[in-house]
Amino acid sequence: MIKAVNLYKSFEGNPVLQDVSVVFDDNKTNLIIGASGSGKTVLLKSLVGLHDVDAGEIWFDDQLYTALSFEQKKHLRQQIGMLFQGGALFDFATVEENVMFPMDMFTNWSLEEKRERVNSCLQRVRLENVNRLYPSSLSGGMQKRVGIARAIALNPRYLFCDEPNSGLDPLTSIVIDNLIHEITHDLMITTIINTHDMNSVMEIGEKVVFIHEGMKYWEGSKEEILHTDNEALNRFVFASNMAKRLLNTGH
Amino acid sequence: MRKIFTLVGQYFLLMEKVLKKPDNSTVFWKQFVQEVEKVGLSSVPIVAIVSIFIGAVITIQTTYNITSPFIPKAYVGFMTRETMLLEFSSTMIALVLAGKIGSSIASEIGTMRITEQIDALEIMGVNSANYLILPKIVAATLFNPLLMLMSFIIGLCGGGLIALTTDVITPADYIEGLRMEFKPFYIVYGVIKMATFNFIITSISAFYGYYASGGSRNVGQSATNGIVSCSLCILIFNLVLTHVLL
Repeated sequence: MIKAVNLYKSFEGNPVLQDVSVVFDDNKTNLIIGASGSGKTVLLKSLVGLHDVDAGEIWFDDQLYTALSFEQKKHLRQQIGMLFQGGALFDFATVEENVMFPMDMFTNWSLEEKRERVNSCLQRVRLENVNRLYPSSLSGGMQKRVGIARAIALNPRYLFCDEPNSGLDPLTSIVIDNLIHEITHDLMITTIINTHDMNSVMEIGEKVVFIHEGMKYWEGSKEEILHTDNEALNRFVFASNMAKRLLNTGH
Repeated sequence: MRKIFTLVGQYFLLMEKVLKKPDNSTVFWKQFVQEVEKVGLSSVPIVAIVSIFIGAVITIQTTYNITSPFIPKAYVGFMTRETMLLEFSSTMIALVLAGKIGSSIASEIGTMRITEQIDALEIMGVNSANYLILPKIVAATLFNPLLMLMSFIIGLCGGGLIALTTDVITPADYIEGLRMEFKPFYIVYGVIKMATFNFIITSISAFYGYYASGGSRNVGQSATNGIVSCSLCILIFNLVLTHVLL
C-alpha cells in the first residue's frame, strides 16, 4: 500500500499539488488520470521521490518515505520499478545489459544466473531475440516492453508507470496495459499508472484517482467513473466525440 | 553574485554525492577502464599533434629572439624544455582537454538527464552522481598526468626535429640546452597541476551536464557553460598552484 497524506508541491511559488491525500491499494492497478498540466506527473514523481514535496507525508506500507535518510531511500528504491514515458533505457547499453543493470548493481549472481533472469523477464514481456540490440533500433512499443522487463528484474514490490501508452498506437497500448495488469497480479505488487488515456482506464483501472488543477477531485473504480456527477471528471471522460456518442446511445 | 554562490554551493553538494564509496566496486572498476579510454587514451593523438608543433615553434621563436651574441645557443633547448614542462604540457594541454573531454562529458550526462536516464538510475536506488561521475574523475585525474609527460617528451622531440632538419640550431646545442640545470621537482609540479586540472575539467563539466534541463539546446548551452567555467578555473588554479608550489 502506498499512501499520500496532505501533499503540497509548488515550483517557484506556483502551486502544482494542493492537499492531495490518496491511498493506492496493494495488488491493484491504480490509475492517476487528469488533463495535461493537471499535476499528475508531479504527483507520480513526488511519490517516487524524484521531486521533494513541500509538505505532507508519503508512506510505503509502514515506512514514512518522506522521513527516510538518503541511504534508507536508496534501499527502499531497490524495491521500486518504474517505467518512464520515453522508456529511459540506457542508450549506451544493449537490451540485455539494460535489463541486467539492476542485477549488476545489487546482486552477486553469476553471469549465467543473470542471463537466465534477463531471458525470463524478456519472455514475460513477450520479447525474443532482441538481447543484443541497442534501444535506438527498437520500436516505441518494444522500448516500453524492455522498460517493463528492466523494472521487474529484481521482483519489485511497487511499480510506477508514467504514461506507458504515450506515442503508441491503440493496439500496442492495449498490449502494454494488459502486460502491466498481468504483472501486477502475478507478482502481487502495488502498481500506480499515470495516464490520460481513457482506454487504459476502461481496460485496467481497478482504482482510479482523478487529479484536476493540482487537487484530488474524485476516486473510484472504472465502473463508477461512467456514472459520476463530478462535472470536471465528466468533462475529461467525455471529451472525445466517440465517448459522447457512446453516452448518448446508452452504452 | 548570488547566482555564483548558488552554483558553487550546488557544485559542492553534488561532489558530496559523487565522492562516496561506489555502490558496486566491480562495476566501478569496469567503468574506470572504459573511462580511461574515453577521457585519456582517445586524447593521445590530439595531445601528440599539438605538442610536437608547439615544441617546434618554441624552438624556432626562441632562436630568433636570442639576438645577443653573449647568450649561448644552448639556451634554446633550455627554454623549450622549461616552457613545455612548466606551462605548456600541463596548462595548455588542460585547456585543450577542457574543450575535448569537457564538452563530451557535459553533453553525455546532459542528454541522460533530459531523457530521464538519470531518473531511472535514481529510482533503481543507484547513487546516479557517484555512478556516472566518479569513474570519469578518477580516470582523468590518475591517467591524464601521463598525457602531460607524453606531451613534454613529444614537445622536446618537436624541437629536436627542427634542430635536425633546419639550420636554426645545431642538434648539439639543443641537446646541451635540454640537459642544462634540470630540476626534477618541475616534473612533480607539472603532474600535480595536470591532476588538479583534470579533476576540475571532469567535475565541473559533469556538474553542468547533471543539472541540465529542457531540451537539446539547453544541453548544448550546458556544455558551453561547462567549458567556459573549466577554462576559467584552470587559469585561476594555475596561478594559485604556481604561487604555492614554486
